[in-house]
Amino acid sequence: MQLVLNGLAVGCIYGLVALGFVLIYKATELVNFAQGDLLMLGAFTCYMFVVWYDVGYWAAFALAVAVVALFGAALDSVILRRVLGQPQFAVVMLTIGLGAVFRSFASMTWGSEIYTLPTPFSARTTRVGGVSVSHEYVSIIVGTVLLCAVLYAFFTYTRVGVAMQAASQNQLAAYYMGIPVKRMFSLIWAISAGVAAIAGVLLAPVSLIDTNLGFIGLKAFAAAVLGGFGSIPGALVGGLTIGLIELGSGAYLPHGFKDVAAYVVLLAVLAIRPQGMFGTAGRKKV
Amino acid sequence: MRFVFKTSYTQDLGLFRDGVQRRWYIALCVGLLVLPTLIPTYLVDVSLVLIYGLAGLSLMVLAGYTGLVSLGHAAFLGIGAYAHVYFAQNLGVPWVVAMALAAALTAAAGIVVGLPALRMTGIYLTIATLAFALIIQEVFVHWERVTGGLRGKPVDKPVIFGLPFGSDVAFYFLCVGVLMLGLWLTANVLRSPTGRAWVAIRDSEIAAQSMGVHLAVYKTMAFAYSAGLMGVAGALFAHKVGFLAPDIFSVLLSIQFLLMVVVGGLGSLHGALFGAVFVAMLPVAISQARDSLPAWIGAAAGIFGPGAGTAAYLGMDRFVKQPGLEPGIFGLILVLFILFEPLGIYGRWLKLRIFFSTFPLYKRATFKRQKSYMRSERLR
Repeated sequence: MQLVLNGLAVGCIYGLVALGFVLIYKATELVNFAQGDLLMLGAFTCYMFVVWYDVGYWAAFALAVAVVALFGAALDSVILRRVLGQPQFAVVMLTIGLGAVFRSFASMTWGSEIYTLPTPFSARTTRVGGVSVSHEYVSIIVGTVLLCAVLYAFFTYTRVGVAMQAASQNQLAAYYMGIPVKRMFSLIWAISAGVAAIAGVLLAPVSLIDTNLGFIGLKAFAAAVLGGFGSIPGALVGGLTIGLIELGSGAYLPHGFKDVAAYVVLLAVLAIRPQGMFGTAGRKKV
Repeated sequence: MRFVFKTSYTQDLGLFRDGVQRRWYIALCVGLLVLPTLIPTYLVDVSLVLIYGLAGLSLMVLAGYTGLVSLGHAAFLGIGAYAHVYFAQNLGVPWVVAMALAAALTAAAGIVVGLPALRMTGIYLTIATLAFALIIQEVFVHWERVTGGLRGKPVDKPVIFGLPFGSDVAFYFLCVGVLMLGLWLTANVLRSPTGRAWVAIRDSEIAAQSMGVHLAVYKTMAFAYSAGLMGVAGALFAHKVGFLAPDIFSVLLSIQFLLMVVVGGLGSLHGALFGAVFVAMLPVAISQARDSLPAWIGAAAGIFGPGAGTAAYLGMDRFVKQPGLEPGIFGLILVLFILFEPLGIYGRWLKLRIFFSTFPLYKRATFKRQKSYMRSERLR
């Protein structure tokens, strides 16, 4: 039970990062390999606000998300818009390069030490039916559920959300309908970076903050692919599945399997059902 | 601008365009022969450049010519290195046979990765190779009987047909020989029907399929060929580093290989070598800059008064001694190249050459790339 809870919580983080991938992929057809590094930036920014400037956890949370979201929008409008329409390979390389730059930036700004983020939930547990439940894990799960609800409402009920959906379905048609597609893309990047930052801040108390936090993005890839790249519920379900599989293999399989379980699942999914659980298969028509 | 008018088939079959080009390449070979006497101290670095060149060649075939981007080539390098060392040292197989076995084994690994890869396109393939590389790295850590695990595995100096190749000069010539062989083979494969089929797949899978190119066969061949070359590079790499540890073959190395191919210029063999020179020399250049840059900046800022000079010196000194600087610089270079020169160093060289050969008539539009929006693998 304890294990399942931890697995769910870690899975939520994977799901959130995967959600970031999927949002950007659906809207702009770019795959952002730097998503994990945005998560790392979010965690570091929050740490900086809490510990260096002493602004309180919730304010720091909001500030970190805002800063990283703005950063994501700037990233889109300054750098990534130039490569729209170029081969996908170029974009992959570009975001890998950006990820390396972010990591280097983080280690220069905040140093390569390992930090812990003090939060209101740190080291507090509640006993529910004989199982001790630590508040950090609960905060992750609750945060994810809330965020998903907000995003869902945003995409279904607001004008901007619907415009974004339109832009992601067909850029040209959306453009003809008077939707400012470029601005939508920046906004999508902002949302995606913000989601990554939220995931980072939620993850920070459980894992420690260091510059290699971004490598969690690789496991989130497994989640995104498992759910079918391009499906938002798929990303979350995929994340949860990967989290549970990882914890399970850590507990029941020999040492060393925990780290690679996600990738084994990823390869298996790609080999057997490349479109993932919720994806659609099909061939390009000419 | 010189136009080569071909009058016979032998002219068309030759490796070089004309006599001028052949003479340039002969000059290059002579240069490589006398290089050890010119820069004896840097010979070890040059050997690394040659090995990277071989690795770049391997990835160029896959990414540059077949259009399959792999983020897992460090794993192939590792398989080649460990297999070669295991065969040559633990099993006592002759050196050349061990290298051939390593290449064959790596090619087989390439097929294993390539087979599921046939069903996926574009980004999925990259992710799959990445996952493969991460799994293989974990295998290197845990399969201690063969790889020595985290303790690492020392590598002896190569001995080929009873001749020791221990010295730097001998090893340099070994690398030159293998690289030239690899280049010759690859150049010829690329002009064979197989190579043409690869290029066709890169340009449009659907068009290639309609023309009768069997996608599965040719993609697997590309993977096997590329991985095999990487295995050879891995065998040499093992002797170069002298000590194998799993953390050498990380994702970062794969990214460096991709950087090599992109910076050099996708879709040209020259590009692979230019990229190799660039990537292998960059850390050397960075460490040089680390020593000399603060003094220069300090001197430059010294114009504004001695206080500014000292402050700039100290600030710069602190900046360049940061531990995480190097990957950041790599990343930055990658970003800048993709944004401003997607054709890489080789593309820049081509542009320069065409600029001079067509002097007053050079047009920028010659190299303008066609942009295609929504050219997607996604259907909905």
